[in-house]
Amino acid sequence: MLDPIAPGAVVDGYRVGERIHTGAQSQIFRVSEPVREFPIIMKVPRIGPQEPDENLISFETEALILPALSGPHVPRFVAAGDLSRVPYLVAEWVGGESLESMLRRGTFSPAEVTRIGAAIADAVHDLHLQDAIHLDLKPDNIIVKPDGAVVLIDFGLAHHERYPDLLAEEKRFAAGSAPYVSPEQVLGTRSDPRSDIFALGVVLYEMATGRLPFGTPRTMAGLRDRLWLDPVPPRVRAPEVSRWLQEIILRCLEPGADDRYQSAAHLAFDLRSPEHVSLTGRGHKARQAGLLGQMRRWWRARGMQLQANAKPRSRAAEAAPVIMVAVDTTHPDDARQPALQRATARVLSLSADFRLICVSVIGGGPGAGGTGDGASGAHLDHLVLLRHWVEPLRLSPRRLSLHVIESPRPEGALLEFARRNNVDLILIGAPSPTQHALAWWRSVASGVTAKAHCSVYAVRIPEPERGSERDDDFT
Amino acid sequence: MIIALLSDVHGNIEALNACLKHAAENGAERYAFLGDLVGYGANPDEVVAAVARCADLGAIAVKGNHDEAIEKRAAYMNDATKESIEWTRGVLTAKCRAFLSALPMLVRDGAMCFVHASAASPARWDYVDTPEAARRSVEAAQTTYTFSGHVHDQMLYFEGAQGKWSAFKPTPGSPVPIRGHRRWLALVGSVGQPRDGQPAAAYTLFDPAREQIAFQRLAYDHIAAAEKIRQAGLPEAHAYRVEKGV
Repeated sequence: MLDPIAPGAVVDGYRVGERIHTGAQSQIFRVSEPVREFPIIMKVPRIGPQEPDENLISFETEALILPALSGPHVPRFVAAGDLSRVPYLVAEWVGGESLESMLRRGTFSPAEVTRIGAAIADAVHDLHLQDAIHLDLKPDNIIVKPDGAVVLIDFGLAHHERYPDLLAEEKRFAAGSAPYVSPEQVLGTRSDPRSDIFALGVVLYEMATGRLPFGTPRTMAGLRDRLWLDPVPPRVRAPEVSRWLQEIILRCLEPGADDRYQSAAHLAFDLRSPEHVSLTGRGHKARQAGLLGQMRRWWRARGMQLQANAKPRSRAAEAAPVIMVAVDTTHPDDARQPALQRATARVLSLSADFRLICVSVIGGGPGAGGTGDGASGAHLDHLVLLRHWVEPLRLSPRRLSLHVIESPRPEGALLEFARRNNVDLILIGAPSPTQHALAWWRSVASGVTAKAHCSVYAVRIPEPERGSERDDDFT
Repeated sequence: MIIALLSDVHGNIEALNACLKHAAENGAERYAFLGDLVGYGANPDEVVAAVARCADLGAIAVKGNHDEAIEKRAAYMNDATKESIEWTRGVLTAKCRAFLSALPMLVRDGAMCFVHASAASPARWDYVDTPEAARRSVEAAQTTYTFSGHVHDQMLYFEGAQGKWSAFKPTPGSPVPIRGHRRWLALVGSVGQPRDGQPAAAYTLFDPAREQIAFQRLAYDHIAAAEKIRQAGLPEAHAYRVEKGV
């Protein structure tokens, strides 16, 4: 094929500028057009008799999936050239630095690993919510913007629930990048979002230790090692890594997808809330499994072939929701409390793998007690009340976290907290119109319901019809 | 020009009317009926008459095995199905019977092929229910796009780079680009007798200019359609299927 796209050319109205990337699969040029409020680039696949088929298929895959994605964590799609004429893809140029280039400067401090790691997990979660799986997460494809937010690029190996998977049968190369690819991808499964969690675990490991947990295998047999190989614990390679961070990284790297985080939102939450990470053997591990242990892992891995194909699942976010319940601990005896408890129990019974965040906001309403100063006694009192509230639900600490937020604006504080933690559903007790003493909380509940980014379950105690009776005796 | 692809209406006029209305509202300007207008349902004559009117205006229509069974006894059918064919033969007007009898087995139109079952052997009524069966049908059709029914589920089969075929279960209402440099076979779903556990009518819209296909599911009064089957004295199994979508 001739090469009509080169600096200086004008293609379908796009003026081609400087070439900024030359890879095995594609070239990337800066381009401009008269009216466009953000900088754009043109990605041109290397296609021709000498080039491998996969260049075309992965280009086609990206041209299929990128237009379906939106939001702050993916480049904006602009246009795609006709595949049979001049294939190209025009998209937003994302300013920032790739994680690859940041890694070349050395390892990250544990604080940076958790901060950037949580931002990557946010981006991955957002992608999963859009029914897509990246399947090629690696430092080259992670752009950290100056404001700390992360944009994922290169969807050439991605999978989208609502589109045909053009790579499904192209097993030779569809497995992804050797150091980062998940065990189930190695076995040919391309529909499990938890593959991205595994790749993210490799990225976190690399950021924290400067090393790759499974090296860079060049053969299929080498790739399969990750089905059973127990990686050297990060703390052995980088002693400054805390136990909880090691716990998080090793949980991402579990060979069985069921043993990993089931949702990137859960991972982001743990990275931001170390105090809520419950340590298992992973966090305490001081060395790689010995010969016997590795043999056991290898034996277990023999059964994985079937398992990986048996349970393809997207929509992880739905299967593993983050649920937040707003508890008004300033009125512990209010009749809403048991109703809210029952509603919470019902909602939790619907999913096997949830995360429950219990939040109380103090320092705002009448009778709140707190004065807003950091670690006040009121803060502790309310934490105790919150723990007391959630106790009847008998939840594993692994699924639960308690937060007392001191803020004069409970509505804003709850909404902000919910958004930051990728909450899927907020439960909140909504006082009935006749509970006059709770009018202030009623306004909080209605504000949260009106403005939340996610679903809200407003729990209200049903009232008998009152006819002409005075309606304020309930208080 | 958007084409509405409708198959396996099976005498269900309520479902057909709902799909035709929806298709028109969504920009369909051409219609293709992929066979089995009759059988099972209580309004075969109304369905055939409606499709014949569309055909007069340029719609494509091909023959299905139930349409064929009206004029040619089908030994392979089970008793309940035969019973409904007998009944249908009795209620169809001569004009409608002639319309069914004259239907072609397969129609090619540019890059598209329309056939009830497999283009590899249309008269054998083989089910296209595996990627390999899709490949065989498409090889015979020799077109970029092949549209079929017979299998009542919606499915999209496509050709990989190494000539290997794959199946994709589409999400109703979500358009899928199907670019013409590959070959595709779409099972468009059953208008009048879906069997995937949902009674909603199924059909498909194809936009050749945008190379985009959108599988559809549509709520309609399936309870009424099922009740009419009972009222007509047809086997209860046929009513139950329409009522439950099984």
